[in-house]
Amino acid sequence: MKLLRRLPRIVWAFARDYKLGAVGGALVLLFLAVALLAPQLAPYDPDTISLRESLAGPSPRHLLGQDNQGRDLLSRIIFGARMSLYISMSAIGMGALFGVVLGMLAAYYRRLDMPIMRLMDVVLAFPGIIVALTTIAILGRSVNNVVIAIGIYHIPQFARLVHGLTLSIKETIFVEGAVASGESDCSILTRYILPNCLAPIIVQTSLLIPGAIMTAATLSFLGLGVPPPTAEWGSMLQNSLQWAQMAPHVMIMPGLALMLAVFGFNVLGDELRDAMDPRLKKR
Amino acid sequence: MGALLEVRNLRTHFFSRAGVVRAVDDVSFSLGRGEILGLVGESGCGKSVSSLSIMRLVDRPGRIVAGEILFEERDLLQLAKEEMRRLRGSRLAMIFQEPTSSMNPVFTTGSQIAEAILVHERVSRKAARERVLRLMQLVGIPDPERRFRQFPHQFSGGMLQRMMVAMALACNPSVLIADEPVTALDVTIQAQILDLIKELRDRTGASILLITHDMGVVAETCDRVAVMYLGKIVETAALEPLFEAPRHPYTVGLFASIPRLEETVEWLQPIPGTVPSPLDLPAGCRFRNRCPHALPICAEAEPPTLEVAPGHRVACFLYEAGGRA
Repeated sequence: MKLLRRLPRIVWAFARDYKLGAVGGALVLLFLAVALLAPQLAPYDPDTISLRESLAGPSPRHLLGQDNQGRDLLSRIIFGARMSLYISMSAIGMGALFGVVLGMLAAYYRRLDMPIMRLMDVVLAFPGIIVALTTIAILGRSVNNVVIAIGIYHIPQFARLVHGLTLSIKETIFVEGAVASGESDCSILTRYILPNCLAPIIVQTSLLIPGAIMTAATLSFLGLGVPPPTAEWGSMLQNSLQWAQMAPHVMIMPGLALMLAVFGFNVLGDELRDAMDPRLKKR
Repeated sequence: MGALLEVRNLRTHFFSRAGVVRAVDDVSFSLGRGEILGLVGESGCGKSVSSLSIMRLVDRPGRIVAGEILFEERDLLQLAKEEMRRLRGSRLAMIFQEPTSSMNPVFTTGSQIAEAILVHERVSRKAARERVLRLMQLVGIPDPERRFRQFPHQFSGGMLQRMMVAMALACNPSVLIADEPVTALDVTIQAQILDLIKELRDRTGASILLITHDMGVVAETCDRVAVMYLGKIVETAALEPLFEAPRHPYTVGLFASIPRLEETVEWLQPIPGTVPSPLDLPAGCRFRNRCPHALPICAEAEPPTLEVAPGHRVACFLYEAGGRA
C-alpha cells in the first residue's frame, strides 16, 4: 500500500548506491520480461524441426544459430528462460513458504523446536542434488515434480534462517510489550516477528534462486529434469555435448544464458544484502 | 479499604542449572485505587520479576511457584491463558524501561497504538485513530497528525516514552505497571515523564506501580513505597514516614549512601559488604551479613513483618523488642 507508492523511490535509491546490484537487477528484469513474453519475443516455434539446417551457425535468419535438429536456438533459449525461471522461482517460493512457517513455529513454540529443526537437519545432511534426484526418482519426471524436488531441499534453508531470527526477535522488548498489551500469538507472529524477518528473507530468496536455476539445469542435464522436447537450458546443454566440437555455438549459447541469469541473481542478491543490512549500509 | 490489586505471598523462582534462584520470595503488597506505589531496590532484588509476575509474563526457567495476585477480587494466577490475555493491555498495562526498543520498528508508531486498541475493542480503524490522536495530545506530543505516521526511529527517547505511555493508556487500564520508565532518559525528560504519569493518575484515576531504583524518582512521584532486598520486601510505608524515619537497617543504609544538598559530608556512608549470591542466600535474615545491628537470632529465623506504626511495616527483629535501628 504505502510501501508500494514509495517503491519507485526505493528502487531508484538502490540503483544509485549499488551500481553492480543495478546491473544484476537489470539482468533479472530482462530475463523476467523474456520469460513472460516468450511467445511474443521468440522468432520461431522452439520445437519446429528443420533437419536440413542441422547445426547451422548464426545467420541473419537465426541469430544464434540452430541445433542438431535445426531448431532455432534463440527461440529455445527464450522458452528455456521461461522454464528455468518458472522452476527456480516456484521452488524457492515453495521453500520460503514452508520454511518460514516451520522456522517461526519451531522458534516460537519451544515444544516444536526439537522435532521441526532436527527434521530440517536431516534434509540438510544430504547434498541438494541427491535430495532432488531421489524425489524425482520417486515422483517421476515432470516440470512440477522438478519444482517439488528442488523446493524440498530449500525448506530447511529458510527454516534455519527464520528460526534464528525469530529466536532473537522473540526476546526483544517490543515483542514482550506486545504480549503485555494482550496481542495473541497469531498476531505476534504475523505482525511483529514476520515483518522483522522480511529483509533477510528477501535477500535469502534472491541468493538461492541462482542455485535453484543451476540445480534445475543439472537435473535436466542428467536426464531427470523437464522431459524433452521442452526447451530447457540444462537439456539443451546435454544435447549439445555430442556436437560440441563440430558446432560449439549449440553449447555456448544456452551456457551463456545460464551464466548470465545466475550472475544477475547472484549480484542482485549480494548487493541487496548489503543494502538491507543496516550494518553494511553505505551512507 | 479494598485494594485494587493485592499481591499475597508471591514466590517466583528461577530454576537454573546452578540451582534455584528465589527471585521473589514471599512478597506481599497491595495497591489501592488511584494510588502510586513505588517498588524500590537495587538491581536483581526482584522488583522487575514481581511486576512481570503480576502480568504473568515470567518466562522459563522462571515460574510462579506460590501466592495469589488478586485483581478486583479475582486471582490472576487462576485465570485461563485467554482470559489473562484479554486483561493484559486493557485493564493491566505496562510501560518498559527502554522506549527505543519497546516499539516494533517496522510499523508507524500511531498504527501500533491503534492496534493496541483494536486488539481489545470492536471499534473501527477510524475511531481507533481518532482516539490515538487524542491520547497523543494528552501525553503532550506536538503535531500528533504528523507524528502518527512516523516510525519509532524518527522519535527521540522522551517522545517515544510518551508514546509508550499513550499506548499503555489506550484502553483505560485500571492498573499501570511502570518498570523503570525513566531510567533510560535524561534528567529533564525524566521530570517531564514523571509529571505526566502523576497528571494521568489524577485525570484517569488509574493505580500505578512504579518500579525504580532511584529514590529521587520515588520522592517525586509516589504515595507509598515498598523497599525490596533480595526477593523480599523489607519495609513498606507511606512516602513521608519512610523518608523521615526509615526503620529497616537496609533502608537506613540506602538513605545514608545518598548525597544530600544541605549537609556537607566528607564521605558518603556505603552499605558494607556486597549482595550475597542469590544462589547461596544466608539463612535467616538475608541482610544480616551486611547489617550493623545484626542480632544472634537473625541467623536463625526469617524476620517477621511487624507493623511499627499505622501502615508502616518492617521485616526486622530489631522492632520485636521495640528497639531502633
